[in-house]
Amino acid sequence: MADEKKIGAYICKGCGLGDRLNTSQIATIAEREAKANVVREHDFLCSEEGVAMIQNDIDNEGVNHVAICACSRRAKSEAFNFDNIAMSRANLREGVIWVRPDTDEAKETTQEMAEDYARMAVFEVNFMTPPANSGQSKGEKGILVAGGGISGMTAAVEAAKAGYKATIVEKSATLGGTAAQMLKRIPQHSPYTDPEDTGVSELVAAIEADDKITVYLNATITKTSGAPGRFSADISTESGSTVTENFGAIIQASGFEAYDANQLPELGYGKSADVIDQAGLEKLALEANGGSIKRPSDGKEVKNVVFVQCAGQRSDKEGHLPYCSGHCCLTSIKQAMYFKDQNPDIDTTVLYSDLRTPGAGGEDFYRSGQDKGVIFTKGTVSEVKSSGSELTVNFHDMILNDDVELGADLVVLATGMVPNGGVDIEAVPVKDEDGDENAAVEVSVDSILNLDYRQGPDLPHLKNGFNDSHFICFPYETRRTGIYTCGPVRRPMDMLQATEDATGAALKAIQAAENAELGRAAHPRSGDLSFPTFRMEGCTQCKRCTVECPFGAIDEDEERYPQFNESRCRRCGTCMGACPVRVISFENYSIDTVGQQIKNVEMPDEFDEKPRILVLACENDAYPALDMAAMNGVEYSAFARVIPIRCLGSTNLIWVTDALNSGYDGIVLMGCKKGDDYQCHFVKGSEIANDRMSKVADTLQSLSLEPERVATYEVAITDTERAPQLINDMAEAVEKMGMSPFKF
Amino acid sequence: MSNLNTEMVEKYRNNFLQEVTANVEEGEWVKMCMQCGVCSGSCPLGPYWDHPPQELFMMIRAGKREEVLTSSSMWMCTSCYNCVARCPRGLPITHIMHGLAHYADRLGIAPKGQQTRKFANLFWDNLTKTGRVNELRLGISLYFMNGFAAGVKKALSMAGMGMGMMKTKRLSPMEYFGGHSIKDKKGLQAILKKAKEIELAKEQKF
Repeated sequence: MADEKKIGAYICKGCGLGDRLNTSQIATIAEREAKANVVREHDFLCSEEGVAMIQNDIDNEGVNHVAICACSRRAKSEAFNFDNIAMSRANLREGVIWVRPDTDEAKETTQEMAEDYARMAVFEVNFMTPPANSGQSKGEKGILVAGGGISGMTAAVEAAKAGYKATIVEKSATLGGTAAQMLKRIPQHSPYTDPEDTGVSELVAAIEADDKITVYLNATITKTSGAPGRFSADISTESGSTVTENFGAIIQASGFEAYDANQLPELGYGKSADVIDQAGLEKLALEANGGSIKRPSDGKEVKNVVFVQCAGQRSDKEGHLPYCSGHCCLTSIKQAMYFKDQNPDIDTTVLYSDLRTPGAGGEDFYRSGQDKGVIFTKGTVSEVKSSGSELTVNFHDMILNDDVELGADLVVLATGMVPNGGVDIEAVPVKDEDGDENAAVEVSVDSILNLDYRQGPDLPHLKNGFNDSHFICFPYETRRTGIYTCGPVRRPMDMLQATEDATGAALKAIQAAENAELGRAAHPRSGDLSFPTFRMEGCTQCKRCTVECPFGAIDEDEERYPQFNESRCRRCGTCMGACPVRVISFENYSIDTVGQQIKNVEMPDEFDEKPRILVLACENDAYPALDMAAMNGVEYSAFARVIPIRCLGSTNLIWVTDALNSGYDGIVLMGCKKGDDYQCHFVKGSEIANDRMSKVADTLQSLSLEPERVATYEVAITDTERAPQLINDMAEAVEKMGMSPFKF
Repeated sequence: MSNLNTEMVEKYRNNFLQEVTANVEEGEWVKMCMQCGVCSGSCPLGPYWDHPPQELFMMIRAGKREEVLTSSSMWMCTSCYNCVARCPRGLPITHIMHGLAHYADRLGIAPKGQQTRKFANLFWDNLTKTGRVNELRLGISLYFMNGFAAGVKKALSMAGMGMGMMKTKRLSPMEYFGGHSIKDKKGLQAILKKAKEIELAKEQKF
């Protein structure tokens, strides 16, 4: 391949493009104005023949930059898939002919649109370089598992089964975690009628028999540094020495702690020894060793037990857990069966407000509980009183609308799960009246991973201390690439779900380690080879990129320059958008690749009555929404020029300023939903972009332009009607405001 | 309180659910109710019940014996089977309602003036006498169900219709005196007697 840059522009005439557009005119523009070295038209570019034509140019003509002027970049990506070249796509089909009416009046503006997009694509590719592996990865493939409970053990076993080495670091002296403290577990097999063995011993045996799995007990991780494919962890072992090992990816299965029931004095916990939590009952059941369960206070056989569901959870009271822990209803049914299976005459009452029995066998297990004579009463418990040896549960029967007093020998509180998620690195320090940080209020939590990352020692929390990023759109993906959480540290769950979760996390971790070696990105830009680099001479060490990176991929080196860890990067470009001196870029996505597109739209003069509207659309939601609108035949203004961007977070203010300066009449920015229920694929990108854009008003003012000329919207992928409407709204607004005075 | 009632109270103490499970037709299903309320919402007569089925089941579990058995609710069931068709747990709710009503009737604590109860008893007596329903007698006993004066008033108001039916040979006044019956009346009585014996034996067993 020739070393010098050689640009090929290919214009497709299929799908009606040839009928609707003057393609030879477009070819002329690509050649004369955009300076493409090779320009070819083809009747059916994505056909075998068309692709072979391009491949031939790459192989024999030395073309290494390809601009394909055909359909949307989201279509035919398998056909237009060439190795080791830079490629851009001009969206003439979904972006032009499908959103414009096929009429004589529209012909001129439609042609202009297509010419602009072709010119933009050639200029874009001109400023790209073919992406290649950075070579940062050391090709480590081992999996580090933090935590040796059900989730951690399952993850290690699954990784080993797939042929990868796994290392478990468990802080306690035994494997098994919470499950090892249980008599039985909720059934995981048909017919789901009786509690099953916990399965801990089988897992432990499998681990001991597997030479791919190393276990450190009584050990903690004191330092984790590096990136996927080259993690290095210091493990402080039982003997007091520290072992440093290298890993490809990490699974955090640090589990949960039981909610502190001492915070529930109204339910009698701490006041009477006979009020216990579910873990307390497991202990009693283990002590009973198959015999009748005796209560803690006087050792009397329990004849009448009451289970109080949702104790201190699903409640907005101060100090309570706002969420449902998911397993407690089934656990109470299981524990009631401990009594019923031993002696059917023991009265077992479950007081619930909403009985939730998730999982395939949940309903069957509930039914089995009823069948065994467990009484389920819908009621809210207000108080548990103890007088002498008798406990009284006061509750309001929600079906009969009745206040009831119920006697009991033993009361079991179904308290929730508190994730063991490590340090909340995003917690805002509490400040006292003088404005000093109040250290007394802070609760010290041990870090799990002790990450040597600039942004903090642990994974960011999503909500209520759980480590997750978006459990609907991308489960497992935390906000640290190559580190996956599973089990109750990710969200509340029971053992069956934790087992499945751990299996998923193991596969994700393997994928991350393998991808890192090839220099490929993890979710959501899976397979992307490009990574951010910066021009050191221009860097002012402002650290904005290191702060704003949603994935903590950027550290600082000794000289306080940003240090990019390419395999931690998700390729969103938020750093690029953040950089005030614009020194950060990707090989195939940079300030220039977008800037050139903005610049190379032909700007009609003020009196032409042809405004230009720049649309920067997030490639994850807004751009597909516009594509789908085109497929549905929804039309939008011919004056819009849509440029897909990786994330709204990659929007650098210079694009907006340049666009306004060069005469654009309106700018529409389309990103994903931000805030608590965000849908941004890069978590924070959309939010950060919104912050940046809130300051754009100053720029507009200094140019004496109306603030309405720039609008930022949240667009979902389903907004196929709304997205085009937003563009049309801007076109209408521009018509009212008049043309921008900055045309030249 | 009837003897049987006192006996049962004594036997089950506070565990009414167990009593229902043992003695009420399909009563073993009561514990399987999951309180979703679909039965109550589906019942066409629901608004007229003091306690819809779901609530009755909860009351049974809560041990509200007196309230359940003296309630008129289960007597309101018209056997439309809407609840049975819709119950996600597959409870034979209609049968349980009739079972509860029957049990309350047997214990002698069902509400005295309950119209459905009266009708059910009249119907049963009428039917078992000859093995066939004597419509004329049943009709007349229904008129007088709520007392003599009310009966005369009702009979007079229906006189026109009765005459019309007689003219068209739809009703024979001779039916009042005996009427037609099945061939083997004795056999029927024997069957019913045996059924009662079985029922009592079952009761003794628990």
